[in-house]
Amino acid sequence: MHIIENGNVAAALGVRLCHVNVIAAYPITPQTPLTEKLSEYVEAGEMQAEYIPVESEHSALAVCIAASSAGARSFTATSSNGLLYMHEQVQWAAGARLSLVMCVVNRAVGAPWNVWNDQQDSISQRDTGWIQIYCCDHQQIIDSVIKAYWLAEKVSIPIMVCYDGYILSHTYMPFEVPEQEKVDKFLPPFRPDYALNPEEPANLNTVTLPDVRMDVRGELAHGYMEIRYLLHEEMRTSLTAAAEAEKRFADIFGRGGDPYVEPYLCDDAEYIAVGLGSLTYQLRVSVDTLRKEGIKVGVMGVRFYRPFPDEAVAKALKGKKGVIVYEKALSYGYEGALASDLKSALYEHLAGTGKLPFVQNFIAGIGGRDIKTDDLTQTLRAATKNRVSKEPVWIGLKL
Amino acid sequence: MQAKTTILNLPTEEFVHPGTRACTGCGLAIAYRVGLKALGKDTILVVPPSCLTVLQGLFPIASTKLPCLNVTFASTAAAASGILATLKSQGKDNIKVAAWAGDGGTSDIGLQALSGAAERGENFIYLCYDNEGYMNTGVQRSGTTPMGAVTANTPFKGKLQQKKDVPAIMAAHNLSYVAACSAAYPLDLFDKIRKCMDMPGTKYIHIHIPCPPGWGYEARYGIKVGRLAVETGYYDLYEIVNGEFKLTAASEKLVEKRKLIPVREYFRSQSRFRILTDAQIAAIQNQIDAKWANYYKKDE
Amino acid sequence: MGTRNYRRKTSHSEHGPGDGGRTGSWRVERPVLNKSLCIPCKRNTEACFICWLLCPDVVISRTIPPKIDLEYCKGCGICAEECPTKAITMVDEAQFSEEEKEKE
Repeated sequence: MHIIENGNVAAALGVRLCHVNVIAAYPITPQTPLTEKLSEYVEAGEMQAEYIPVESEHSALAVCIAASSAGARSFTATSSNGLLYMHEQVQWAAGARLSLVMCVVNRAVGAPWNVWNDQQDSISQRDTGWIQIYCCDHQQIIDSVIKAYWLAEKVSIPIMVCYDGYILSHTYMPFEVPEQEKVDKFLPPFRPDYALNPEEPANLNTVTLPDVRMDVRGELAHGYMEIRYLLHEEMRTSLTAAAEAEKRFADIFGRGGDPYVEPYLCDDAEYIAVGLGSLTYQLRVSVDTLRKEGIKVGVMGVRFYRPFPDEAVAKALKGKKGVIVYEKALSYGYEGALASDLKSALYEHLAGTGKLPFVQNFIAGIGGRDIKTDDLTQTLRAATKNRVSKEPVWIGLKL
Repeated sequence: MQAKTTILNLPTEEFVHPGTRACTGCGLAIAYRVGLKALGKDTILVVPPSCLTVLQGLFPIASTKLPCLNVTFASTAAAASGILATLKSQGKDNIKVAAWAGDGGTSDIGLQALSGAAERGENFIYLCYDNEGYMNTGVQRSGTTPMGAVTANTPFKGKLQQKKDVPAIMAAHNLSYVAACSAAYPLDLFDKIRKCMDMPGTKYIHIHIPCPPGWGYEARYGIKVGRLAVETGYYDLYEIVNGEFKLTAASEKLVEKRKLIPVREYFRSQSRFRILTDAQIAAIQNQIDAKWANYYKKDE
Repeated sequence: MGTRNYRRKTSHSEHGPGDGGRTGSWRVERPVLNKSLCIPCKRNTEACFICWLLCPDVVISRTIPPKIDLEYCKGCGICAEECPTKAITMVDEAQFSEEEKEKE
């Protein structure tokens, strides 16, 4: 069924289709319509779920962590400072290996207060052990929520489905709502390895020693380091499961592509713009303009930011003359987070091969500063002439 | 009228193993052991960082035979809400949820989540074991540390502020049940848990917990110290059932007796109160006397 | 010997005694029961059992006579202090020979 709705509703529909049983909701702009829509579904009986209007975001994720530990498919969503407030829990959920899905409606972080879009909130969580998916349009939002539950439950790693606040959350687009029977075919009921219950009692996530130790059965149990290593190892191998998710989804729903990157006119491109989320679709307009001028340029969206698909990214950029990374976030004191990770991947896979492109980093749209397509076009054009600067360049700064 | 449980009809099944890392003579260990007997097998526990975390054991050995979720410090009541939601969605209404948090995890960092859960009417029992300080981390002051107590971070002047009255805060949420108990009266604790278990919404039980290293007394006197707190009228055993306050157990008996042990005896029993001056003790005695004059008056 | 094949990926503890090791080693003095003063022993019937109730470490059995598990008893002395007939006394560990301690 094709509908025209906003990005928040797309996400809510995804959650409904996945038969989520526990929803925790704390309001924050621009996420609120998402959780409001979920409350409508629950109160109207269209979802069999417990809806808990918690008293803080930290508690929102606490509810989901506990609910999932007891065996329920759970969901929450947040933005900006809400995500920052729950950071302790974000780390916790990953270490506890919980199959949570959370939508992050990307918004700038305080201080100072700012309700408009950039990606600093989710980017600042990149080291936590959560898988991160960035969506470019509403179809990707609804599809990613569904794929995320399958993937999270397969690898027992929580997933953030990120999409740009206002730009996607509040705008209206046509998209296909997957059929319930097909979603049920794609996503089986949640069956975790363990769910808290009195018949098989266990004490979860207590103090865990630096070293290994004998358990009550006389077997050597791992220490904290092993538990953390397994999270990392399985995040890396989840790249394979991500591809499996993409294929299964394509088989059932008839749409899908590369699981890791979304290229546009990249095959014969000499220069490639790279970004996360809706910005890459805006960049397509610039790419079209520059192509008409004879400049061989393309744009590639990175879909999984964590685990970082280093191999796929390096392969796509191998032999290109230049890579121009546009970002709405950065690691303060150094450069754009995506640019850093991308450089690292390129170095790892292409150093010494003679196929290493230069990397130019642009920072745009911080705090919702309007990103003019014209500025994107100009900066992209300039970068194809030569690398503009070693330091990231902030577009549209009015100092 | 519920019959009082005696030692001889107290359930004999144990839910805790011996050999825990709890301090010698730990008051929590007594309250926890008896409390779990009241809760029974079909219970899921929620525990934030606290002495209980350590008592329950380090991975991979658990000393408790019940399922338990360890959670972050501030999130105890929210986590309990999450487990309840799952049980409800699965139709498992025979399984109870019980949160056991320390005074720091309740009156300080955990108060927000507890208030939220209570306001939402979340159907679980919240037990605050109050050893009057952050004992697990080395005896730092908390909101419920009593005035005058020397702690690791109130080392010379003692705590200058009053003890935070958490049961009163919880009572303001119009709960079906709020109670004050003590590890020194474990059968009273047992009965109160059993009494409120099936009442609607959040039930709050505050348990006074004598702590040998934190309070400064020889371990063997733990029960005596706990009893002195009650018999001096300093700490009262009571329940608030649907808003109606009633002294219970040993405190109720004191109303009949009309005689309290001087609070000085309680302060003398622990080294943490060593810096209280006679004038301060006299002032506290006056407060206690005024409080009890009120109790006597209501009784007439 | 590694933990690669350990059956869990998370911090998931199963229950058992002695998380704190042989906590009997913490003792400076141990409880000793004088059965002739112990109420359930004298009456040969279920009675008293205050020591069983108040033991923080679940090491006193609810039997006639009550038995104390010295493997884990930390020697807190609450049982001795609260016994209504002073049937339990705390005796310095040093008074027990190495041999006797071995037997435990």
